[in-house]
Amino acid sequence: MSLSTAAYDIALSLPAGVTGLAPANDNPVADFSDTPWWVALIKAVGVFVYLLLSTLLVIWFERRVIGRMQQRPGPNRNGPFGLLQTLADGMKSMLKEDITPANADRIVYTTAPLIAATMAFVSFAIIPLGGTVSIFGHETPLQITDVPVAVLLVLAVASVGVYGIVLAGWSSGSTYPLLGGLRSTAQVISYEIAMGLSLVAIFLYSGSMSTSQIVAAQSSLWYILPAFFSFAVYVITMVGETNRLPFDLAEGEGELTGGFHTEYSAMRFAMFYLGEYVNMFTVSALATTMFLGGWQAPPFIAAIGDGALNGGWWGLLWFTIKLWMFMFFFVWLRGSLPRVRYDQFMRFGWRFLIPITLAWVVAVAFIRGAQLGFLGQGTFTIGGRELSVATVVIVSIVAVIALAAAWIWDDKRAEREAAAEFNPPEEIDPFEGGFPVPPLPGQRLREPSGLAVGSGAASREPVTSSVTSTLTSSPVKEETHG
Amino acid sequence: MGLEEKLPSGFLLSTVEGLAGYMRKASIWPATFGLACCAIEMMAVGTPDYDIARFGMERFSATPRQADLMIVAGRVSQKMAPVVRQVYDQMPNPKWVISMGVCASSGGMFNNYAIVQGVDHIIPVDIYLPGCPPRPQMLLNAIIELHKQIETSPLGVNREAAARAAEEAALSATPTHQMKGLLA
Repeated sequence: MSLSTAAYDIALSLPAGVTGLAPANDNPVADFSDTPWWVALIKAVGVFVYLLLSTLLVIWFERRVIGRMQQRPGPNRNGPFGLLQTLADGMKSMLKEDITPANADRIVYTTAPLIAATMAFVSFAIIPLGGTVSIFGHETPLQITDVPVAVLLVLAVASVGVYGIVLAGWSSGSTYPLLGGLRSTAQVISYEIAMGLSLVAIFLYSGSMSTSQIVAAQSSLWYILPAFFSFAVYVITMVGETNRLPFDLAEGEGELTGGFHTEYSAMRFAMFYLGEYVNMFTVSALATTMFLGGWQAPPFIAAIGDGALNGGWWGLLWFTIKLWMFMFFFVWLRGSLPRVRYDQFMRFGWRFLIPITLAWVVAVAFIRGAQLGFLGQGTFTIGGRELSVATVVIVSIVAVIALAAAWIWDDKRAEREAAAEFNPPEEIDPFEGGFPVPPLPGQRLREPSGLAVGSGAASREPVTSSVTSTLTSSPVKEETHG
Repeated sequence: MGLEEKLPSGFLLSTVEGLAGYMRKASIWPATFGLACCAIEMMAVGTPDYDIARFGMERFSATPRQADLMIVAGRVSQKMAPVVRQVYDQMPNPKWVISMGVCASSGGMFNNYAIVQGVDHIIPVDIYLPGCPPRPQMLLNAIIELHKQIETSPLGVNREAAARAAEEAALSATPTHQMKGLLA
């Protein structure tokens, strides 16, 4: 965990330096002054129900969509359109026998699924689901709470959620869960660093870590455009973070049976299941908030009626639509991609994502510094738009460096490929290693030297096998060595 | 969880029975394993042509801890018998078994020392499915029959009563060795 906290320290220190001139930005814009405790309670229960219903729906959605992707109907027998399928799965789990293995550490074994399931819900407390609404006469934002470091809270809670996985793996008292739990933990912690780093760009742009402030800062431009690279990294890491295909290494059935939940049955397993799906919603909600303007309507709808559809309860609709776009993306990935290998996955995270995201954060810091006028105030006008000289210069420098890096990388790859290319010798001795070896396409077979004593009838001339006539050459080979 | 087994008989129990039966039959997760050629037909049931996912059964669980149904697909060799029994023991209650194909049901064509003459020698079987191997449609039929059985299965005191009635019937039935003449 110390590595991930280091990433948070970077995240903390960078925006503080850049926004030093505008400290007023740091506080949440959401106003909770007119929110009595019971309204907060209503909102908390509302969010809980929203997440539970979404989970019920998304599991059905996933199975149906994957079914359609594979040209089959998917669950359609239980309830209208098979909608009761998830409910039946949950109820069935409650009615099953709850097994605790003899070797398990009872207390930890029971606590682990509780941690995994509850921690998944906590992060949603700071996600703004909509604009300011009136609940029983109280004007209150559609968000349970907000703090100046709200996004860090999400990352911290996600780290605590990992305890659920590692404790489940350890306490089961069996080998597969232990290995699966360790894998899962390593995976989540590694990808959290890149995730935290990718969010730093957003902190730099918005000058705040409060989610309501970040949403408000996106009223003119969603951060998916200026922070496109962060978005790409975040989307990759959020799949890694939630242990979903193609990164569900912890549950590789072929190698680890069920991973950390191998020994879990009945309701305890259902809690892991629930936690996984709520986690998907949480990371998607964070992506929506950070990159897609949160609950704000898309620009063309926001323009209708002077923003009549851009606030209040309408925000919940836009938020839900954006959230489900990410859920569909998760399902789409699962329907199309095979599982990656564990070492490749870790190498990708540590040796590619983290360094390149660090470089990106530095570039964003310079761009942001130029925008805020730290690097000179000169401006010039092109096509009626006033541009800052420093911004243009910085963006050009970043673009040139990126191009050069891409060029060098491409050259290196070409070199590597050339080095890896293997030129087989023209002629081979099929019995050189003591075993008969078939020739590669285009290779000639050399006459076996030591075997020629008894088999004088075999032809003495080298037999040529060509690429095109492998079929005709095989009987010839038999004749030669038989 | 076991609570549903301790309800007093009457309206409450029959309501819970109906609800639990529906939920159980609507979510049957089979254990992932196959023993022989029948397993190929079992896999075919997962393909788009037959699509076992319609019943919510596409979640074959790799660990027996989360499985409800064991489909014994293929002949059970003497060497495999303890393994099959262990997998069955690792599954949590309530659990069901389909014996798929004649080899699993009765030894089939393998009347020899190597093959268990019917998997019901080692585990209780709910549905016997004939065929060598049965077609995927036959397996689907067996599954639907099992669904009916699960949906109407009694709980608690009702189950005990049903079990006693079944025992009574079995005790009062004519033993096989006494059946003479045309068995019709």
